[in-house]
Amino acid sequence: MVHTTLSAPPAAPSLLHRATRLGAGLADVWADMNWIVRFTAVLGLVLVVLALAAPLIAPFDPNAQSLLSRLKPPMGLAGAKDGYLLGTDELGRDILSRCLHGLRLTLGVALLGAVIGLLLGGSLGLFAGIAGGRVDDLIMSLVDIQIAVPFTLVALLTVALLGGDLTVLIAVLGIAYWEQYARITRGEVLRLREMPFIEAARAAGASGWRIAVKHILPNLVSPLVVVFTVNISNIVLLESTLSFLGLGLRPPTATLGAMVGMGRDYLPSAPWIVAAPALLILLVTFVIQMLGDFLRDRTDVRLRER
Amino acid sequence: MLEYALARLLRMVVTMLVIVTGVFFATRLSGNAVDFIGGEGLSAADRATLVAYYGLDASWLEQYWRYLRALAEGNFGISLVERRPVSTIALERVGPSLQLLVGAVLLTLAVAVPAGTLAAVYRKSWAGSMIMGAAFLGYAIPNFVLAVLLILTLSFWLGWLPSSGNGSLAHFVMPVVALSAFYIASLTRFTRNAMLDVLSQDYLRTARAKGLAEPRVIFKHALRNALITILSVLGLQIAGLAAAGNVVIETIFAWRGIGEMLVSAALRRDYPVLQFGVIAVALAVILINTLVDLAYGAADPRVRLARS
Repeated sequence: MVHTTLSAPPAAPSLLHRATRLGAGLADVWADMNWIVRFTAVLGLVLVVLALAAPLIAPFDPNAQSLLSRLKPPMGLAGAKDGYLLGTDELGRDILSRCLHGLRLTLGVALLGAVIGLLLGGSLGLFAGIAGGRVDDLIMSLVDIQIAVPFTLVALLTVALLGGDLTVLIAVLGIAYWEQYARITRGEVLRLREMPFIEAARAAGASGWRIAVKHILPNLVSPLVVVFTVNISNIVLLESTLSFLGLGLRPPTATLGAMVGMGRDYLPSAPWIVAAPALLILLVTFVIQMLGDFLRDRTDVRLRER
Repeated sequence: MLEYALARLLRMVVTMLVIVTGVFFATRLSGNAVDFIGGEGLSAADRATLVAYYGLDASWLEQYWRYLRALAEGNFGISLVERRPVSTIALERVGPSLQLLVGAVLLTLAVAVPAGTLAAVYRKSWAGSMIMGAAFLGYAIPNFVLAVLLILTLSFWLGWLPSSGNGSLAHFVMPVVALSAFYIASLTRFTRNAMLDVLSQDYLRTARAKGLAEPRVIFKHALRNALITILSVLGLQIAGLAAAGNVVIETIFAWRGIGEMLVSAALRRDYPVLQFGVIAVALAVILINTLVDLAYGAADPRVRLARS
């Protein structure tokens, strides 16, 4: 776009301007939080940083076995071995390192799955809402089938049959909840289509494409963010359930769920193998659920007075 | 109403057909079953005999047609691992799964409805916050993590309950609790919200104004009206309980039900059992969903108008 006016400040927001606006927005959100939500948000940030920095801060290679230091308890317990903060598992692998890498994998896989679901469901929903008619009918009956089929079973079957490949796992997680995005998007599009400002844009001669991108998409952001957040927690649950059952990635690569599943056999003698990853899964789902609830309540005005 | 029911039924049949087809081709895509059961040292001639014996030498389309015909006759094949008819194995497994399911549904109702009601009535005091906090925890904790924690404390440390298997009443406690925790939590939240909606209605003010005692207002006038919403949510939850929850919980507690059968069949590539399990559970879930939908449509005319 070429600006003809010279005296006015630049109309296209600079990067700095955008950054300050984003900062102000975040400050607004922070001001709306009570202390529990703030605590959860900080905790979530810590978990993300730990996951990102896992290769840098993990004291050991997560898959390096050391048969001399098998089944050592965490520091502070009798028989602990120096350097192994959270103890070791049945093959002498450092649990802290495995947990950090597991957290990284769990979060990464869940995020990718949620993004795939968002793109797939969002575009199908947008398409159904804008096109209407036959297309809408077809997409909505796909949605109905997806709702009717117990997806945990489908995921179980797919991963069991196609093998514990990273691509297979992410694809399964991506397809798992696409229909939630599709329903929300379609519903919002149908609602927005009738709004006066869309009609005004159409009257002003805007093309269908421009209306979709410039006027409808921005209004979809906040409902989709809420669904996305809650969705990540569902995906973490689905992934850790599959991994726990032994239907996730092939060993020795382990997500948190797989660590709990494998360590289950040593529960009576070495409970720490299971305790650390189980606690981490609990923290992750807790943080995401709490933030999801907060975002939903924040966008839903009707709930505010409760 | 009839038209609505027929439309629902048609959708159910289509969904089941999609599932049956998907299951059939997914199992075929993943390789020949004989290679999983035959073991390493199978000679080429023996392998060919086995392939022919199980009818796996025909084209996929022909196998699919045969499979559909057999399904229609109620013949689900023979387990590749146990060498017994799938229907015999499944019959042994249905009972334990149903016991677990009924136990979980009863526990959910018994805990969630009173807890949600109390949380709504005492929403401004610490009691309400405590209940909702507990419900939040129950909502966030994955069922297998809860199950592992329960086994750790109640079996290994305290030695109160057996850690796995089915038999006595004591075997029941942990699986049922682990299975229902999530549903208790979410139904408590639903109950609270439904009660809050009802508590702000005018007819409750009228009930109080005419001098009714508060417990009578709450239980007779408010809870009764909220119960419609609560029960329909519970109906949908049962479907989830039957599908996802059972698979995980039965595996952890070595509970010999349909869910455990499914997972071990998946791990051992026992196709006929796996196919039957997925189809049976999917059918159960879809039946429950359809029934809930029909009941809902019968109770509320707006629902069937909106969806037809």
